[in-house]
Amino acid sequence: MGMTQQAEPAVTTPPASGPGMERDGRTKQRPLALRLLARPEIGVFLGAVAVFVFFLVAAPPVRDGSSMANILYQSSTIGIMALPVALLMIGGEFDLSAGVAVITSALTASMTAYQLSMNVWVGVIVALVVSLAVGFFNGWLLVKTGLPSFLVTLGTFLILQGVNLAVTKLVTGNVATDDIQDMDGFDQAKAIFASSFDVGGVQVKITVVWWLVFAALATWVLIRTKYGNWIFAVGGNKESARAVGVPVTFTKISLFMLVGFGAWFVGMHQLFAFNTVQSGEGVGQELIYIAAAVIGGCLLTGGAGSAIGPVFGAFMFGMVQQGIVYAGWNPDWFKAFLGVMLLGATLINLWVSRTATRR
Amino acid sequence: MTTTNDSPVVELRSTGKAYGNIRALHGVDLKVFPNQVTCVLGDNGAGKSTLIKIISGLHQHTEGEFLVDGRPVRFSTPREALDKGIATVYQDLAVVPLMPVWRNFFLGSEMTKGPWPVRRLDIEKMKKTADHELREMGIVLDDLEQPIGTLSGGQRQCVAIARAVYFGARVLILDEPTAALGVKQSGVVLKYIAAARDRGLGVIFITHNPHHAYMVGDHFSVLRLGTMELNASRDEVSLEELTNHMAGGTELTALKHELAQVRGVDVEELPEESDLTATAS
Repeated sequence: MGMTQQAEPAVTTPPASGPGMERDGRTKQRPLALRLLARPEIGVFLGAVAVFVFFLVAAPPVRDGSSMANILYQSSTIGIMALPVALLMIGGEFDLSAGVAVITSALTASMTAYQLSMNVWVGVIVALVVSLAVGFFNGWLLVKTGLPSFLVTLGTFLILQGVNLAVTKLVTGNVATDDIQDMDGFDQAKAIFASSFDVGGVQVKITVVWWLVFAALATWVLIRTKYGNWIFAVGGNKESARAVGVPVTFTKISLFMLVGFGAWFVGMHQLFAFNTVQSGEGVGQELIYIAAAVIGGCLLTGGAGSAIGPVFGAFMFGMVQQGIVYAGWNPDWFKAFLGVMLLGATLINLWVSRTATRR
Repeated sequence: MTTTNDSPVVELRSTGKAYGNIRALHGVDLKVFPNQVTCVLGDNGAGKSTLIKIISGLHQHTEGEFLVDGRPVRFSTPREALDKGIATVYQDLAVVPLMPVWRNFFLGSEMTKGPWPVRRLDIEKMKKTADHELREMGIVLDDLEQPIGTLSGGQRQCVAIARAVYFGARVLILDEPTAALGVKQSGVVLKYIAAARDRGLGVIFITHNPHHAYMVGDHFSVLRLGTMELNASRDEVSLEELTNHMAGGTELTALKHELAQVRGVDVEELPEESDLTATAS
């Protein structure tokens, strides 16, 4: 055994390491500004500020308080869904069915309550179960078959899209559901999912509050809990995570169910805000959610990201969507604007993180 | 130093594994004692990986017996193996490169505090413990927040070993820990293997380098084409014999004769079959 004892340690410590703790002397602390810039959340925050300032200048009506409330509302409907989509993305997967799943949830609640003439809360609960079940199905199929999430959720996306239209027509004979405004429990549910409150004479939608609450909760879970640790691990290296005892199957499936929960929440908002649901809507929204998460600094391949980044990402989208209207431009430009923003934000993020992490 | 009178922690009795109609492993006997380093040697495709996958709970054996503490077991997840005190340091080290060192250290066994709805990671304590444990092993890192992917191969290896030792492993499986390392770094890893053994662990050291194996090994098993070719303790085998077995053993002798017939290769220096005395048990 003698030889092994003679081997030198690989980590040699410099002779004069100062009065503090022993250090290996191989890492140098980079300046704070550079370290901050290296964080993708800061990049998207600066982007959001830039877009905000741009519209403040280009579209004077934006400066009004009620316009701002409107922009925040628009951002929150994207943002609430962007959060679970972002967590799922950090966990290494994405969900193409998220957009139509919102409508599925709203349709389920509406039709269950109306057709059975029951309290709307029955519909709301059934919709929650259905949404979680769709999420579970996505996750379970993914884990069991090992297929990529693109394929699995593309399948569910098409299925839900078809089912939404066909079942709605079958049940109501129409492409939209019946108005449930005067049913039992409607006002109560509306208070939770779609009410407004007054802040200094400006009506703010309650979804803005929910959005920020969910964002704070998601941030806490991601950074401060076991489950958050697992999310990063299954997205960063699934095999390693499994090998050290992380419940990979549970984490993946529950992340998909979290997206289901988000779809249910936004679906309930739409139902109680507009009283009826158009069965063909929701297509294309999933890409908006994914784009918001990516702009927010979540790595498309998993393993890195935050919950606060997508908040700014969603705000950028809401800002542009409403800003174009307030500026008096043709709203058809919205999608083109989004595309440019997505590419721009991604490139700037890439450039900034490369510059800032250079050694 | 070696206490062979103890009963083995892990024991394989003519264990085998078939993937469909492919027999990856067949009739393997192995005993792992505490305070001992059991080396498993073999060329690529010899079945080393399959063997450790069975012991670590990633795969299940299809024939023979697998005993822990004398009781037959069949693990369905690595978690179960970990709960029995069998920890594996994989070739790819089972770390998540983008995650900080301390998060990797505690991944899957995180420390928490607080009652359920607000149960959260005890970050302070985890960082402190990780730092302490790493220093115990002689690894000094400035910044435990740095992604583990930025460490060198040897450092990562040692972090992984320190992690296994900290979490109370009784059996430590090391899958080719020195394969991708330089000379000096290999030395460090071998030192930690000896350190882990002296702390009372049973170490299973998988390698295809007989020199590394012989430096720390107490018992040697050579696998070839999925079966056990040699199973000998340190006093039954010399480094030369071990090297010969690794290089192809009896097959090499046959090759030698063939070469001699083809074109007068000087085969005097090559060993004779009689030199390879250590027999497979």
